[in-house]
Amino acid sequence: MEPDTPLLWALRDTLGLTGTKFGCGVAVCGACTVLLDGSPVRSCSVPVSAAEGAVVTTIEGLARDGTHHRVQQAWVAHQVPQCGYCQSGMIVAVAALLDQYPNPSDEEIDTAITNICRCGTFARVRRAIHAVAGS
Amino acid sequence: MRKWTRRAFIGAGTLVGGGLTLGVAGVVLSPSRHGVVSDDAADKGELTTWITVTPDNLVTILVPHCEMGQGSQTALAMMAAEDMDADWDLVRVKEAPALDAYANAYILRAFAGDSVPAPLARSFDYGTYRLLRWYGMQTTGGSTSVRGTGVYGMSIAGAAAREMLIAAAADRFGVSASECRANRSRVTHVASGRSASFGELATAAARLRVPANPVLKPPATYTIRRTARPRFDIPAKVDGSVVYGIDFTVPGMLHAAIDIAPVQGATLLSVDTGPAEAMPGVTRVVRLDDAVAVVADSYWRARTALDALKPAYDDAGHGNVSSASIFSAFDKALGAAPDMPKDAATVITADYRVPFLAHATLEPMACTARVVGDHADVWAGVQDPLNARDAAARALDLDVEHVNFTNLPLGGGFGRRLPFTYDYVDQGARIAKAMSPTPVKLVWSRENDIQHGYYRPAAMSRCAGALDGTGNPLAVASNYTGGGDRESVFMPYAIADMRTDSRDAPHPIRLGAWRSVLNSQHGFFKESFIDELAHAAGKDPYLFRRELLGDQPRFRAVLERVAAMADWGSALPEGEGRGIALTECFGAIAAEVAHVAVTPAGTLRVLRVFAVVDCGDVVNPDSATAQVEGGILFGLSAAMLSEITIARGRVVESNFHDFPMIELSDAPRISTEFIRTDARPGGLGEPCVPPIAPATTNAIFAATGIRVRELPIRKQDLSRRANTTA
Repeated sequence: MEPDTPLLWALRDTLGLTGTKFGCGVAVCGACTVLLDGSPVRSCSVPVSAAEGAVVTTIEGLARDGTHHRVQQAWVAHQVPQCGYCQSGMIVAVAALLDQYPNPSDEEIDTAITNICRCGTFARVRRAIHAVAGS
Repeated sequence: MRKWTRRAFIGAGTLVGGGLTLGVAGVVLSPSRHGVVSDDAADKGELTTWITVTPDNLVTILVPHCEMGQGSQTALAMMAAEDMDADWDLVRVKEAPALDAYANAYILRAFAGDSVPAPLARSFDYGTYRLLRWYGMQTTGGSTSVRGTGVYGMSIAGAAAREMLIAAAADRFGVSASECRANRSRVTHVASGRSASFGELATAAARLRVPANPVLKPPATYTIRRTARPRFDIPAKVDGSVVYGIDFTVPGMLHAAIDIAPVQGATLLSVDTGPAEAMPGVTRVVRLDDAVAVVADSYWRARTALDALKPAYDDAGHGNVSSASIFSAFDKALGAAPDMPKDAATVITADYRVPFLAHATLEPMACTARVVGDHADVWAGVQDPLNARDAAARALDLDVEHVNFTNLPLGGGFGRRLPFTYDYVDQGARIAKAMSPTPVKLVWSRENDIQHGYYRPAAMSRCAGALDGTGNPLAVASNYTGGGDRESVFMPYAIADMRTDSRDAPHPIRLGAWRSVLNSQHGFFKESFIDELAHAAGKDPYLFRRELLGDQPRFRAVLERVAAMADWGSALPEGEGRGIALTECFGAIAAEVAHVAVTPAGTLRVLRVFAVVDCGDVVNPDSATAQVEGGILFGLSAAMLSEITIARGRVVESNFHDFPMIELSDAPRISTEFIRTDARPGGLGEPCVPPIAPATTNAIFAATGIRVRELPIRKQDLSRRANTTA
């Protein structure tokens, strides 16, 4: 693999971890969001060489011992996804936000969560974030 | 299980291993068969909706519609399970395979209604949807799943299954069927208390005659419908496990990336394949008529090698086409504003325009195919697997029987994956044929997607309206381009003289059905102009509309309720305003109020949206609410931000940086209510899109005095300075 191969394609094509999605390829939509040593990055625009030695957490890695992460649980409880394609990146970004701000304000949510959802699930995304934070 | 063949599933029959399977024939355009499973239904062949009951007491609903987040697979299963009196916890759902037997001709019924052909004219003649083309397809579109397949298929199939299971129980208990009741997947003989599960009864039930006139449950006895049921598809969408078309893999598969002629209809003239084929991992460069693809051992290598190609295309003779030339032709075609009555006290005119729009599903188009000899396997996410199978068969010059098409979950549809939009399936099949027998997955880039869409038509409307001396409207008329049909141009208002005139101004840009089809553009035109007329009359825009709805109780009820929710008429701070809009789309009536704030510098925020919908009954209320919210935000992106423009015959925009959509921070709080009526069910996936643009621009006028007549709104200066100099 060429070292400048985007992390996204290493995950999807080489490792078969297809939960991380290709949306735009230019770091705008956030569908490819993963955690690199705990920080959210847009994996379509991070070369795989930059991930060398780092811990990469994808949507597949959020659940623990077969139990969904609390953000995933809230996403089911609030029936957030529609087509669902953006939600891997959205959920990973929200998990990172809540690690940093356990009880984020709407402004902090707006600043951190810039993922595009074409189906328009934003109202439920916000509600689910507040529900997790308040639980 | 028995083999999936057309004959195998006609009528009711037993399953290998026991159990009942039941199908309902879709008898198209035959009003006498409405609500009836006819005795000869099996012979008609168009079996569409299926229920199976297995000895383990599970009920599986086989749904002939795709799931793209609209929730209709769950809603359809609810409709079948309700009339069956099944235990919801024992119900499963599966998407029907892409076989002719599952053609969902019920969507015709959704449009045709109870009497044909009178209502046909109302909805059949719209845009790119041609009535006869739907026949024999397995389409998910036109907001038809629940009101078509559900009403005319699932409910009836459920009721028939219940009656057969009750009859089997009555036989077993030696009693009359009228003494037995079904409840939660059990049939009980009321007097003796004897009971048997559906699973225990299924095999015997399958030997019984399919009832000709199954009786549907009275809505008052519903226990599943009208309650919020979690969608079947959601759990796999929160942990990355759902396999969309773009995620599909097959062993030994190669990857393809593609460069497509920038002008639609153009031809590939030449390409030097040498440099790309010398790059690491590249297997071959495949030339198509209007495109060139690189096949490699990974997507990224294929994509990188594309840059080494310098393909030359012609411009199909459209090199001079631009947005300016198209709108200039529109302007000319519209001619003079429509005539207004000579005795009018006031006449106003206005031009409105809307741009082309891309669907921009978040999942880019993708298609995997494997061609071996005269057989092909094709995998993709589409809104019509039968039509996609046809597209692949045509591309490969194979009989459809030799093409096996598997539909996969869709990362958004919105009309981009409807019949006759399968360029990516055509390309995927051709590339796989060139690489036969190796399977290949073609993945489009976002640039491919934005620049090779089937766009929402750009359109223009030239409106005129007349008022008498007391501000009562005498006439409203418009000339428009971009297409229209009776529902999209329909206004519910009691105005004596209402006219529309569709004008032709052809252009070569490829068009398609974009969520709400013709209604997003006409909703903006109609509901902006009626608002302008209200202001010209010196009347409140809500009350002005309301006065004109005396003969339209459903429209009036929806409008009154949304006004009450929004506290219409209460005072707002400086720079804020409310706007209202009311439209009918695919049989559902929706009213929305937008509450906006515009800063002195001209920054717009939509703070709140209130929505009220009358779509008849509501099957799964929470999922229905999600469709309202989604429709509003989809429409709001178009209203505020998105635009496809044309220069030198090609699309200018290329990715989300220049085809922007709203984000979480832009999304207003949305409050939704439904008014349940006995009206024939309307759709829900699309009807909440059209009102949001005019509700927003009407609110901007209320807040600033600036009338926005061209979308997207971002093109207009909303600052106070602009207002004072306007």
